Amino acid sequence: MIRRLMKTLVGAAVLAAFAGGVVAQDSKVADELAKYREALADGNPADLLEVKGEGLWAEKRGPKNASLEKCDLGQGPGKLEGAYAALPKYFKDTNKVMDVESRLVHCMVTLQGFTQAEVTKQWFSRPGKESDIEALVTFIGAKSNGMKINAPATHPEEARMAKMGEYIFYRRSGPQDFSCSICHGQEGKRIRLQELGNLTTKEGAGFAMKTWPSYRVSQGAVWTMQRRLIDCMRQARWPEPAYLADSIVALETYLQKTATGTVMETPGIKR
Amino acid sequence: MNFKFALFFGLTVASAAPAFAQKAVEAPGGKHAKDAEQMFRASFRADNPKYWMTRLEQDETMKTCLQYRDNPPRKIGEKLEKLNVATIRYPVDGKLIGDWKEGEKLAAVGTGGHIGFIQPDPAGRVRGGNCYACHELAKKEIAYGTIGPSLREFGKIRGKDDDTIKYVYDKIYNSNAFTACTNMPRFGLHSWLTPEQITHIVAFLIDPESPVNKD
Ligand code: HEC
Ligand code: HEC
Repeated sequence: MIRRLMKTLVGAAVLAAFAGGVVAQDSKVADELAKYREALADGNPADLLEVKGEGLWAEKRGPKNASLEKCDLGQGPGKLEGAYAALPKYFKDTNKVMDVESRLVHCMVTLQGFTQAEVTKQWFSRPGKESDIEALVTFIGAKSNGMKINAPATHPEEARMAKMGEYIFYRRSGPQDFSCSICHGQEGKRIRLQELGNLTTKEGAGFAMKTWPSYRVSQGAVWTMQRRLIDCMRQARWPEPAYLADSIVALETYLQKTATGTVMETPGIKR
Repeated sequence: MNFKFALFFGLTVASAAPAFAQKAVEAPGGKHAKDAEQMFRASFRADNPKYWMTRLEQDETMKTCLQYRDNPPRKIGEKLEKLNVATIRYPVDGKLIGDWKEGEKLAAVGTGGHIGFIQPDPAGRVRGGNCYACHELAKKEIAYGTIGPSLREFGKIRGKDDDTIKYVYDKIYNSNAFTACTNMPRFGLHSWLTPEQITHIVAFLIDPESPVNKD
């Protein structure tokens, strides 16, 4: 761990040196990303966040002065191994299909006594404002690293959510006639220079889903899947979904079902 | 087997085949489509202004394309194309080809129209055609996408007669007038671009002096 962390620190410095130029010019991005990957070797700035998340998980916090160690992410209280890879999942106690973020927030509310509003206020980071949720999700995600995505949506409620996700995936609207499928429904296409996989195949969905949460070089931050999909809806020129909305969980259920069987490589590093 | 029976049998098979092919692809969402529509609409922040929320409305083209995963049977596709042809409006002076230099700028702009609370476009941000997101055009711009075909040397290859000019104008105004459920947006229909702006982009594609048609 320490060695990995050292590499990350070196990597982060290299990264900072590059970062300025990247955002400026799209056309150099592909090249530079290859350079980062080399420079970072097996380090990733997300590793730092993972360590922070590990601390937050165990720390007694909130009005109830409790840790999250009894949080049930679907594998039983406190069981983290493989939990991320098996989400979204139907939970009996809430009678809902929940993704990692909605379940984590549920735990912070029920175990630690925070209000939902408090917990989700900083659901994503901004420069100078870190997000506990990002750190915790990075930590939880890493506990599924090397394991197969296993979200086949066999429970009837999960199957229903996956179907609803499929519906949203093909639904066109807005001033550009966009749907998810326009940008992500074909093999080997690019928008400008950004590669777009085919998220309707196991290979394409697997390639995408295995690497989240991911450190985004162009943003200088780790993004969770909620953040990713809410931004894709922004790109579609739609209004903004609520954080943890059912539509996002449904899309995740659809994508994770399609990606099932792919080995997780998280935290990832992306453009 | 008598002749009549053979004929009947043959016809049945012939007519059954396309029906079967269509049935094989279920509409997205299956029996949950209706619930999914409701759930999708209920998933947006309550403080999105009403006029943002109108962006979720679907016209008949969008609804039909969703139902067929953008692959409608030809007959239905033709119906949609007719519907879309009828929406095309032309500039008052009737001139369909403008200034390629203006068109060059508009083709490159990919911003505009982003809403929401996290990273909206500032008010008054120019909306462009964002053609490079999906098409190769001028040779010097290498950051082009591949969702649509290359339009490099479009005018050189396709010519600059009135029919071609009108085709390009119509295509940009309403892409679905020719190809129902194409991935290309309907720039004129949604008033994303004005008829005048479209004439400039037409010039960018067709004018022999435009970088699209130079090496
Ligand atoms: C206008 C095009 C566009 C639309 C519409 C769009 N996306 Fe995206 N999406 C992108 C781009 C660009 C990226 C980032 C690719 C990159 O940076 O390399 C991306 C990334 C993603 C990723 C991560 C892929 C990976 O390899 O890690 C997922 C998952 C995704 N989008 C899902 C969706 C879903 C679901 C929808 C519909 C709500 C959607 N997108 C709509 C353009 C779009
Ligand atoms: C989201 C992707 C996308 C964007 C943005 C886009 N197009 Fe297209 N375009 C396509 C696709 C896909 C096709 C092929 C299918 C079809 O004909 O509709 C196409 C086809 C065309 C054609 C017909 C080509 C032929 O051989 O007849 C023209 C002309 C064209 N686009 C021009 C433009 C212009 C000009 C812009 C910018 C104002 C633009 N497109 C923006 C996706 C796009």
